Amino acid sequence: MSDTSVPVYPRTWKKPPLISNPTLRWGLWLGAAIYLALALGTMEINWGRVAEGLPRGQKFIAAFFPPDFVSRWDSIVDGILESIWMTVIATVAGIALSVPVGLGAARNLAPTPVYLFCRAIVAVSRTFPEVILAIFAVKLFGFGPFAGFLALSIATVGFYAKLLAEDIEDMDPGQAEAVKATGAGWFQWINYAVQPQVMPRMIGLAVYRLDINFRESAVVGIVGGGGIGATLLTAFDRYEFDSAAAILVIIIAIVMAMEYSSGYLRKWVQ
Amino acid sequence: MPVLGTEKAPVWHRRTTRAQWAIWAGWLIALMIVAWCWKLISDKTIWFFVLDAGTQAADMASRMVPPKWSYMDVLWWPVWDTINIATLGTALAIAMAFPIAFLAARNTTPHPAVRAFALLVIVSSRSINSLIWALMLVAIIGPGVFAGVLAIGLRSIGFCAKLLYEAIEEIDPTQVEAIEATGASGGQKLVYGVIPQIMPTFAGISVFRWDINIRESTVLGLVGAGGIGLQLNASISALAWTQVSLILLVILATVIISEWVSARVRHAII
Repeated sequence: MSDTSVPVYPRTWKKPPLISNPTLRWGLWLGAAIYLALALGTMEINWGRVAEGLPRGQKFIAAFFPPDFVSRWDSIVDGILESIWMTVIATVAGIALSVPVGLGAARNLAPTPVYLFCRAIVAVSRTFPEVILAIFAVKLFGFGPFAGFLALSIATVGFYAKLLAEDIEDMDPGQAEAVKATGAGWFQWINYAVQPQVMPRMIGLAVYRLDINFRESAVVGIVGGGGIGATLLTAFDRYEFDSAAAILVIIIAIVMAMEYSSGYLRKWVQ
Repeated sequence: MPVLGTEKAPVWHRRTTRAQWAIWAGWLIALMIVAWCWKLISDKTIWFFVLDAGTQAADMASRMVPPKWSYMDVLWWPVWDTINIATLGTALAIAMAFPIAFLAARNTTPHPAVRAFALLVIVSSRSINSLIWALMLVAIIGPGVFAGVLAIGLRSIGFCAKLLYEAIEEIDPTQVEAIEATGASGGQKLVYGVIPQIMPTFAGISVFRWDINIRESTVLGLVGAGGIGLQLNASISALAWTQVSLILLVILATVIISEWVSARVRHAII
């Protein structure tokens, strides 16, 4: 005769929580609640002004149907074209500048002083948003697309050089060593060992950065850096919401077109 | 890799002659486009101001040091506002991005038409910069922190929803099938089959976007949407350069701290 008692299986099941430590879990909830109370408590919302603005908001949304492309068409075309030139030039110049900075910021290529110097350049140009860079460029170089071009180029260096350096650090050292063993000089070594390894990803990133720069070029205009942003700001200041809606529609269309084509290009490169 | 024969011995070349020419032609066309864009920008630039920039920069730098440390007393409040804009904006964005991502993912969407609509929302939100969102919202609901929160929220929906729906499309379908085999309903499949798989990615995306939003919320004040940008704008307009340099330092510190926090949290999650 064996023991017939059956082990007691649990009859119910509960989903295990994402954070298994209960103290941490409840602590996080409590912290979030306290923060939310503080943040919402100190935020001044002028509900009267919000209510007052709602009809204007309706007018703005109504302006999208249909947007007014006609009455400011000339300045819209001007602004868009200026944004596009600015984007192209800033991307090219930014990438040209980031190649030496990126090579210098790669741990496995550069001696320590050069490495630290290039990393510092990357860190500073990455920290400040394009708009702040644009404000200073406008102060120093005067109004117009040149200031926007400079701001976008500097921002591109921060983005591109960092990713280039990280890609070089991740490359296969075997190939680099093999090329070095043939007696290649430094430039030959970069050209035949490093460049082919990082090129496909870098082309993809260049297209991606072109995309970002176009979007940002709409913003640098707000602080005087030329491009479509200036046209947009004027439209808002005059409460010409239908023209503003037209500009926004054009921006969205161009960004969508770029996103689709960059997807194809990246597939083709890789 | 072709080997082209000469009279004496085969010589190794990197590319065939035809490929080499095609590459040269590509470079030539690219160079022509860049040169043309450069000319258009250069026509719109007042070169006198550009040549003057070196002196201007030296002058501005000399006015910026030393930073006016006592101004810090005024800055604590805007810094708190800036952090609130970023945090509450991110919270708003993820609350809205979560359902949109499920509507946009190919494997959870109720209908292709709904999916197209969700993708349109994502693209529109992504292509318009937060500064432009802020510009619109300030025109509609008036200046202040609330406009900033909404601007950051609306801008981040696209980013969060895009990354999240890509994560949903990449889930392991066998787990969902297993849940389905127990007789679970559609909602239960989402809660027990899909959501646990995307939760870590979701938390990672939120923290990543929060970090970006801190950076973006520092400039929203330029168009009147609250935060430290208001002080930056006022100080630049008043030519109070010692205050400007302090504000830049504060922005630098905030961004570095938020980047560190976000890196730590993501490291803990993943």
